[in-house]
Amino acid sequence: MSVPVEFYMVLSGLVFIIGLVGVLVRKNLIIILLSIELMLNATNINFVAFSSHFGNLSGQVFVFFALTVAAAEVAVGLAIIIALYRHHASINVDDFRLLKW
Amino acid sequence: MATFVFLYFAAVIVMAASLVVVVRNPIYSALSLLVMFFHVAGLYVTLHAEFLAAIQIIVYAGAILVLYLFVVMLLNVKREEQFNRQGPVALFLGVALLTEAVLLTVSRGFTVGTPEPGREEAAVGNTESIGELLYSTYLFPFEIASLILLVAMIGAVILSKKGIMESQ
Repeated sequence: MSVPVEFYMVLSGLVFIIGLVGVLVRKNLIIILLSIELMLNATNINFVAFSSHFGNLSGQVFVFFALTVAAAEVAVGLAIIIALYRHHASINVDDFRLLKW
Repeated sequence: MATFVFLYFAAVIVMAASLVVVVRNPIYSALSLLVMFFHVAGLYVTLHAEFLAAIQIIVYAGAILVLYLFVVMLLNVKREEQFNRQGPVALFLGVALLTEAVLLTVSRGFTVGTPEPGREEAAVGNTESIGELLYSTYLFPFEIASLILLVAMIGAVILSKKGIMESQ
């Protein structure tokens, strides 16, 4: 007896929407990056659930790649946050309204 | 029994995810994301993806989240106003996506395709078979992933090192 895959789809949709609302609503840049992590995890749950449902391992390999991209995104994103903080002494997204060129 | 385990994990995941968005202090936010990562790993174990569960804990909880906590404590941010004025936009998009998902699942009769009969228990979740697939079928994407990591590493060093951008 196993859990139907639709339950996993509902869970993943809920987590994705929470992440989306977090990206749109919060002002703190770090929390926005954490919300992006939430969305990536939601897609990963879906991948693994379908991989187990269809008996196909490719889904788990794609989770592996998504994880690599998430790690790269975190490294670059946090470096950008540190550089911004050094210039403006703030990580509030409302303070960054001007492009330079 | 399996349904109860799933419901427990799902409830904790959804609660921790909403805490990440709602809580005011970034450190608490990162810690509740840690709770969520552990429960997602538990969900992977119930789905017979043990390798991914281990990777989830080692990479996400061990590396990525420590990086976040490190930056949060390094920057020493004051508490500021919690929410943006984009609340209506977020509400509209969230409700629209939710209704779209509900409509799609209801209109399809809440079913997905049935698994192919022969391949159902084809050693899913085995670390050995994942490695075999990764180094044969997905060899080229695997190499590209290593390239992405290299680019991210160089980018992070250049962006955060003092004096490289300002010198010219």
